[in-house]
Amino acid sequence: MSTVGATGEAARRPFPGRRARLGDVLLQGVAGLAALGAFVLICLIAYKVVDGSRLSLSTFGLGFLRHVGWDPVHNRLGGASFLFGTAATSLGALLLATPLALGIALYLTELAPRWIRGPVTALVETLAAIPSVVIGLWGVIVLGPVLHDHVMPALHSTLGFIPVLGTPSATGTGIFTATIVLTIMILPIVSSISCELFLGVPAELKDAALGLGATRWEMVRGVVVPYARGGVAAAMILGLGRAVGEAIAVAQVIGGVDNLVSWNLFNGGNTLAGKIALEFQSSTSSLETSSLFYLALILLVFSLVMNVFAQVVVRRVARRQGLVAR
Amino acid sequence: MRAADLGMLQRPNDRLRRRRAVNRGMELLAWLAAAIAVAILGIVVWSVAKRGASELNLDLLTKPPVPFAIGPVQQGLANAFAGSLVIVGLATAMALPVGILVAIYVNEFAPRPIRLGVGLTLDVLNGIPSIVIGIFVFGLLVVGHGQKGWVGAFALAVLMLPLVARSMIEVLALVPGSLREASLALGVPRWRTTLGIVLPQTVGGVVTGTVLAVARVAGETAPLLFTSSIVGNQTSWNPGHALQSIPVAIFELSEQPDPADHARAWAAAFVLLLFILFASLSARWLATRSRRKIGRAGR
Amino acid sequence: MRETKGVSVSVSSAIERAVRVETKREPLPPRERLQQVFEIEDLTAVYGSNPALKDVSMEVYKNLVTAVIGPSGCGKSTFIRCLNRMNDLVPGFRQTGTIRYHGQDIAAKDVDPVAVRRTIGMVFQRPNPFPKSIQDNVAWGLKVLGMKDNLPERVERALTQAALWDEVKDRLKASALSLSGGQQQRLCIARAIAVEPDVVLMDEPASALDPIATQAIEQLVHELKSEYSFVIVTHNMQQAARVADMTAFFSISRGDEGERWGELIEYDATEKLFTAPSDKRTEDYVTGRFG
Repeated sequence: MSTVGATGEAARRPFPGRRARLGDVLLQGVAGLAALGAFVLICLIAYKVVDGSRLSLSTFGLGFLRHVGWDPVHNRLGGASFLFGTAATSLGALLLATPLALGIALYLTELAPRWIRGPVTALVETLAAIPSVVIGLWGVIVLGPVLHDHVMPALHSTLGFIPVLGTPSATGTGIFTATIVLTIMILPIVSSISCELFLGVPAELKDAALGLGATRWEMVRGVVVPYARGGVAAAMILGLGRAVGEAIAVAQVIGGVDNLVSWNLFNGGNTLAGKIALEFQSSTSSLETSSLFYLALILLVFSLVMNVFAQVVVRRVARRQGLVAR
Repeated sequence: MRAADLGMLQRPNDRLRRRRAVNRGMELLAWLAAAIAVAILGIVVWSVAKRGASELNLDLLTKPPVPFAIGPVQQGLANAFAGSLVIVGLATAMALPVGILVAIYVNEFAPRPIRLGVGLTLDVLNGIPSIVIGIFVFGLLVVGHGQKGWVGAFALAVLMLPLVARSMIEVLALVPGSLREASLALGVPRWRTTLGIVLPQTVGGVVTGTVLAVARVAGETAPLLFTSSIVGNQTSWNPGHALQSIPVAIFELSEQPDPADHARAWAAAFVLLLFILFASLSARWLATRSRRKIGRAGR
Repeated sequence: MRETKGVSVSVSSAIERAVRVETKREPLPPRERLQQVFEIEDLTAVYGSNPALKDVSMEVYKNLVTAVIGPSGCGKSTFIRCLNRMNDLVPGFRQTGTIRYHGQDIAAKDVDPVAVRRTIGMVFQRPNPFPKSIQDNVAWGLKVLGMKDNLPERVERALTQAALWDEVKDRLKASALSLSGGQQQRLCIARAIAVEPDVVLMDEPASALDPIATQAIEQLVHELKSEYSFVIVTHNMQQAARVADMTAFFSISRGDEGERWGELIEYDATEKLFTAPSDKRTEDYVTGRFG
């Protein structure tokens, strides 16, 4: 280092050339490696899942997606019942949770007295924090019997002409129970995002509608909903993604029936994620394990597509409204 | 205003009545939805609390499980508690440094396109279902080697990474640029500035982010099913073997027919829930405190 | 600033007063005996596609206070940041031209900017002390840069030179953020001079401070110029008149397509620049006809 002081003329040396300091190189290098590692991780995940399902892919091909039934003994394995189960439970949960979540969000942002907002919001967040295994436990021991003893017979006897509400199964488990459990699980996600969205609607727009003499509901329908529409769509996609990916709570309450595709929601069934969770220990042949990887591959592809979809929606919404993208 | 207009104001006509009725109806529905949500949460939490608390006893924490017990036997889930501690602890030790480094790279070194790319990577990683992560780690580390506690920890670390990295990125962005400028203007090299001035400012945020990530991951079952679930009943602290964990124990017990097993599951669920709630609340309290501190430094 | 004759006259006389009466400035030695610290030639600076400075050429002399004045947007800050390579931190920044520091072109790409900043220090517009104790603010740089010997003496010397020692000597371990704005800025000055730079650049150092704190800093600069050379950007003409030996006036030039950039208009001894400027634009600015 050049030593300079007030009169250190003689001691002044020219500045050294630009050099890469070891510290800078190390820090940037190691940090960059970590960032690269995250990307490598995703590639590795994709690779491993594809690799693991290779045997099943080559054996069954796309027919796997159409075949109903899981018979490891005779090597006739198919994912159709799980696709159905996933679709039924997740879409059902979305159908039930969305209006509830929107209702909560509207209530909290428009109707609730100030002192209610805090506690109810905290309540919803607490629900979000409960691990899925605990909700599943509650589902098996509390919800299941209640549904089996009271709700399902009641629904069947009154509305049993609708095929989806057919004969209740022997236990309290099944597609219906799983749908209720998933509804409970995705409710907080959709509701908290919707809450934020509704709070973000500019007050001037709302005041303009109210000033014209619109009722509160008309203002919501005319101003808030159109404004928040994109964001709510994104929230729903996120909720759907969560429901599809949920393995544990579903595994606990869905009854693990592999070879049934029926319209009767009270029957047992299984989902992609639930099947993987339930089979984890008892998979015997490598073909069966590979088929479980196949199911995971379907889940992975689906979650990636949903993720991209949600990002696109969020960006489109943010651009349209000039907000900062999340 | 003309008399006719005034009259319109005074005479509620049918149309207005209908609109008001619809409004009332919708308000009622919204209220109902909120009430249902509150009821659900209340019921779930109440169930867990009531059943869990009543079954809670010290044996849970200290005694190992005794399978196929005949008659009243004092048993607990000591192995699960020990295992969870080890696994979550290891997972944090794995995820935290990597998450911090990723955040440092994104915030201090990366050009804009790479910053966006890493952000996207983290979002994608966050969105992968935990069961897929579990089966991935299974294929990567368990096949051919067997289940191990640290492999389960690795699976949890993969889940924690996007959470830790994201929260670190936010915290780093809060550190004012003027501090970096002040240090660089002295002739202090980049890495010294980052490590000596910027990072120490983020300690509060690091703790908060970590606690939140731990709360999130402490209840994860799916990744551990494949990586650390075939376990014995003795309490072990050795991550070289498969270790039992609380969520997996709850999962397995919930599938059993025996009500005594259910009782232990409830108790464990109660403890788990208490831990998660406590961690979340502490994180929030820490976050408000640290935000205030960083805000002061910039002035 | 209004155009009425009365006001512009009184502004001008205020500056006259500052230049002639209030300053304790000694007369400048003749140009031949002044040593050069910086020799700047055709400096042009660009942010992305926006020009900031064009063709700035001037010299900065040792142990003098050089002020840089001009309307906002004329590139004063950009200019001063070129002198210690701080603009390197801005993405999309490019510069051409040479900045010779004691003969070596520090604007060249292959010169180590970290070494440059060690010798050419900077104090910023808003005080930015580290969130450490008062003592550590001064000591940290010393420790990192390897000047660990006699640390307490070095800290005391720096704080004394910054006219802060008496006020903080009993609470060196207190947080730097507990000081007032003026004290914080003096702490930043102490921090900068503790590492023994040759030149101290100051980017509007008193603009965020009250008049009393401002006066303390001006006093400081006057006393320290025997040891350091100062380049001070200021938007306050009276401050330049009070404190500076040489003054450089920058202004905004406009191009045909509406682009704007900063240029050096006039550079001279302060007294001459303010009382008998050569360029009309300088005269317009210092008499308040625009600005």
